[in-house]
Amino acid sequence: MKIKEKTSRVVIKTVVALLVAVYVLFPFFLVVINSCKTTNDITANPIGLNGVSISNLITNLSDVINNTHFMFWSAFGCSVIITVLSLVLLALLGAMAAWVICRNKTKWSVVIYFTFIASMIIPFQVVMLPLISTFRDVGKFIGISMLQSIPGIIFAYLGFGGAMTVFILNGFIKGIPMELEEAASIDGCSPEQTFFIVILPLLKPVITTVTILNGMWIWNDYLLPSMMLGQNGVVKTLPVAVQAFVGSYVKQWNLILAAALLAIVPILILFFIAQKQIMEGMIEGAVKG
Amino acid sequence: MGEFSATRKISSFGCMIAGIVLMLMGLYLAISKTDALGIRGMLLIIGCVVFFVGLYFFPTLKHHRGIINFMFLFPLLFAFAVTVIIPLILGVGYSFTDWDGIRIRNVVGLENYIRMFKQPQFIWSILVTFLFVVFNIILVNLVAFMLALLCTSRLKGLGFFRAAYFLPNLIGGIVLGYIWQFIFSNVVTKFTTALFDSRYSMLSETRTAFIGIIIVYIWQYAGYIMLIYITGLNTVPGDVIEASSIDGATPIQTLFQIKIPMIAPTITICTFLTLTSAFKQFDVNLALTNGTGSVSSFLGSYLTKGTQMLALNIYDTAVINNEYAFGEAKAVLFFIILAFVSIVQVRMSNKKEVEL
Repeated sequence: MKIKEKTSRVVIKTVVALLVAVYVLFPFFLVVINSCKTTNDITANPIGLNGVSISNLITNLSDVINNTHFMFWSAFGCSVIITVLSLVLLALLGAMAAWVICRNKTKWSVVIYFTFIASMIIPFQVVMLPLISTFRDVGKFIGISMLQSIPGIIFAYLGFGGAMTVFILNGFIKGIPMELEEAASIDGCSPEQTFFIVILPLLKPVITTVTILNGMWIWNDYLLPSMMLGQNGVVKTLPVAVQAFVGSYVKQWNLILAAALLAIVPILILFFIAQKQIMEGMIEGAVKG
Repeated sequence: MGEFSATRKISSFGCMIAGIVLMLMGLYLAISKTDALGIRGMLLIIGCVVFFVGLYFFPTLKHHRGIINFMFLFPLLFAFAVTVIIPLILGVGYSFTDWDGIRIRNVVGLENYIRMFKQPQFIWSILVTFLFVVFNIILVNLVAFMLALLCTSRLKGLGFFRAAYFLPNLIGGIVLGYIWQFIFSNVVTKFTTALFDSRYSMLSETRTAFIGIIIVYIWQYAGYIMLIYITGLNTVPGDVIEASSIDGATPIQTLFQIKIPMIAPTITICTFLTLTSAFKQFDVNLALTNGTGSVSSFLGSYLTKGTQMLALNIYDTAVINNEYAFGEAKAVLFFIILAFVSIVQVRMSNKKEVEL
């Protein structure tokens, strides 16, 4: 027996769902239309379509892109490089570490595992101040700047993202039968070959999950890059650039919203391409984490 | 050891020794400060890599697995130790001194911790944060759960609705903070002017600004929590619901007696997520109000940062006011509160889950 719902109820639900969708998407709509206006048109009517034109959009965008505080292309490039390299390294080094921790049930592997888990509750605020001074001192000591440099911030993301990455990967590796590795080792595989040839390809789905989780966090992160890179440095990520740009202007909303548009569009494109994977990855990460 | 060729032995030992020598040279240059060429960092890094290559080819069968274990663990553990463990230990230590971000002059004991409780602004921030957390746990979960119910019923275009509700979660707090600042101060004011003849932005008054932050936070976060509830609701078997409806249960009864008890673990996860993320809220707070909002009288003083939550208070203390040790002490307290509250929450939920 199938429960048939009354049509009136379905209609009501659809209307509610649509209203919520309108409410949720309205801010995006406002960003788009208002970055196509001049400041005067925005103050006159921020909701209407009066004064919306492509030429305004182009003027606003080019003003923002060429702004010395924003420097869109440089910020975008830095964000991409930092995010991509951090993600690749986190996935690879995280998988290596998780595999070792999972497959060696010794005292130290348990200690390391629980240290990782316990560290996930540490708020960034506790470590950020000594982190900056440590990085400054280390940078001075070895003569390679760790602050205001891309390698430095990638190194920091490795440290902060490591715990969750290992935790999620560890849960997955537990489910891979040990016989697989034993068979490989009988066939003459060394441990490192076993990992790279047998285990790593099997981790593909869970690596997708951690990459999405870490990617969302690193791409949108503001506090860590703003502390490490500074507001006015050469190396800037997109959120830092947006903050620096807005801080330097007195409420020129057409430009601020154009900057917001530039920051939003790349991630929206990514979402439209990989919507299913992103949503599933976020769920899995939450349920396991 | 007989099965290893002499070349392998020599190259392994050679690499390890060369690596150690390179690292020692780098260290010597760094400590003696005679590095005119600026190559000490490179020497250390190359030395480390060369040493690892030598270690990898170390002629042993028995310990090879151990060497691989070490080499696989080392990079991540090293980064973790340098970025999390060492700063954490240093930070706790610094909170008992007068550290100014560069050097320490005196050890002051508990002075920082005592001082923060004499600061009305800080106590206000703690209260506001707690209020924010409580409101968020209730409202985000409620909204998300209702959206999840909506998105698991038979509607057309469910995929679109789910994606649409989730969309705000993709955007960073800074960017959406500014978008909403625009909405509150330019769009909402148009309506309030027409309706109540009030030209003031919601964000200019503490109470309404606080509500504003909550609205933005629900807008950003409810879609994500909704996805987790949907996954939970989908695990409730259809035949149980069918059986209950045959027994004459109303949809409301089904909801409260079957669906909610059966997704208790999901509720735990979602409560935990909303709790910790609301506690750590920083980006939206910074971009939307930057903490501003006047409080005419609290503990006998006038406050200007009425919507400043803990994370922002710590940031302002250390980075804006340059009181590093004081900010660090506040951060340590923040850590203790967060750890305590999350442990209590997990314990309580576990007990409830068993009872249900």
